[in-house]
Amino acid sequence: MSEALTWLTEPFQYPFMLRALWASLIVGVVCPVLGTYVVLRGMAFLGDALAHIILPGVVLAFLLGLPLALGALAVGVLAALAINAISARAELREDAAIGVVFAGAFALGVALLSLQRSYAVDLTHILFGDLLGVSSADLVLMGALGAFVLLVVVAFYKEFLVLSFDPLLATTLRLPVSFLKNLLLVLLAVVIVMSLQVVGVALVLAMLVTPASAAYLWSRRLPPMMAIAAGFGSISALVGLLLSYHLNLASGPAIVLVETGLFGLAFLVSPRRRSRLRMARAN
Amino acid sequence: MTMAYARIPEHVASAAPVQLEAVSVAYNGKLALKEISFSLAAGDSVAVVGPNGAGKTTLFRTIAGAMQPSKGAVRVYGHEPGGHICIAYVPQRSEVAWDFPVTVQDVVMMGRIRKIGLFRWPRRKDWQFIRQSMRSVGVDGLADRQIAELSGGQQQKVFLAQAIAQEAELVLLDEPLGGLDLPSQEAIFEILEQLKGQRVSVLVATHDLNLAAERFDRVMLLNRRMIAMGTPDQVLTQSNLVQAYGGHLHPVQGESGMLVLTDTCCEGEEQPEFE
Repeated sequence: MSEALTWLTEPFQYPFMLRALWASLIVGVVCPVLGTYVVLRGMAFLGDALAHIILPGVVLAFLLGLPLALGALAVGVLAALAINAISARAELREDAAIGVVFAGAFALGVALLSLQRSYAVDLTHILFGDLLGVSSADLVLMGALGAFVLLVVVAFYKEFLVLSFDPLLATTLRLPVSFLKNLLLVLLAVVIVMSLQVVGVALVLAMLVTPASAAYLWSRRLPPMMAIAAGFGSISALVGLLLSYHLNLASGPAIVLVETGLFGLAFLVSPRRRSRLRMARAN
Repeated sequence: MTMAYARIPEHVASAAPVQLEAVSVAYNGKLALKEISFSLAAGDSVAVVGPNGAGKTTLFRTIAGAMQPSKGAVRVYGHEPGGHICIAYVPQRSEVAWDFPVTVQDVVMMGRIRKIGLFRWPRRKDWQFIRQSMRSVGVDGLADRQIAELSGGQQQKVFLAQAIAQEAELVLLDEPLGGLDLPSQEAIFEILEQLKGQRVSVLVATHDLNLAAERFDRVMLLNRRMIAMGTPDQVLTQSNLVQAYGGHLHPVQGESGMLVLTDTCCEGEEQPEFE
């Protein structure tokens, strides 16, 4: 018993581990909540692209001596709005347009970084996160951004719900459709920036999509889907961090692996899948 | 943060619920509708018939203000449709994301969100109205069902309840009867009667010429242009039908009059994409 307790508490004697825990819990709650919209609206590719597009912003901010989050946020929001504007013109399929911007921006980021090989900003930290290096100031920023995202999600709950379920209804109810779409993209950019230090550019997508997908299989309404997703996300954060400490694994990937495992479980015993099987058999 | 919706235009009391003047709509560079003119009075219920690709969906979406006419003018109670929240468009069932995690009550609530307002949750008064809307179409017992767990007829009723919760004065139903069994169709017609009693104007797109002839006072025959509009007897004549359906029409002399067979069906109609 006490051994198990030690296993749970020992890592968090270290202040850096405690900060890592808070950071991953904040991200583990906020990302999956917004991720429900990413899953329901089919924005997974866009989310992944946005995460990579942010790279040159991070590098530029570093080169100019600005806070990294600021550069990432500026580039992320700009890119989100630009993609929305390009796809509204519809001369190119949206996924192709995203692909072009995504790959180009990422290449620019890596190229810029290669000029600065000797410096402390490490490509692996950007790609896979630097959870153990989270500072108190980082935590405050993450908390503030996270609170902002949750507040907006709650404030526009009805409107985002209608926009995602039935865009035509959003139009006939004369909701501000393009404002709402842009707002969702801005929120997406914000949570990606928040998650950079926790899981990095390459794995942000998992934070957005995996817990929300697992929750989708288990819920019949959106609010429980958000709650279950946040639950999966925070459990994964805690368990992933513990595993990374005890097994000496990289912490970002460890969290994502736990999420993936939970998704597998949720999939195997999904009530939705069972009810669908039942319906298929009945027909 | 101060943010408010744009003002909703006042209805002009003397104006028709819907009036189209020579409306043409281009879609993907092709003319989907050509110079359509007609008007409806409050409480009118009109069946819109025509072959696949006749532009029924385009017509509805243009009236709803979701597509813009390239020529001509649409007026709803005297104003362009764009500002109104009194127009309900009920999509074809194949267009709805039935897997979405929403219950019957959620979907009906959606019709009401403009009345509820930004940054507000539904109040007791709103929930009463939402329950009343569900009761009036007979889905109140299904309030907590996820929408994929309903039959086709029940699904159609949920969207009618949504239109009622919206307090729509003009309801556009896109193929509400397709794929429904007779009792379900009958239930839909009862709801349409109810709407008529409340002076709600209704346009119903349908492939079923027999239903259009038997169950509606007025019929509009459409094939990119308006071929005829009036009572079923006036509209569904052989020459009009040949104009609308061309070679796809097979008149058959039946025992009690002429029976018309058309080889169009409900799936695969070219839909304007909407996002």
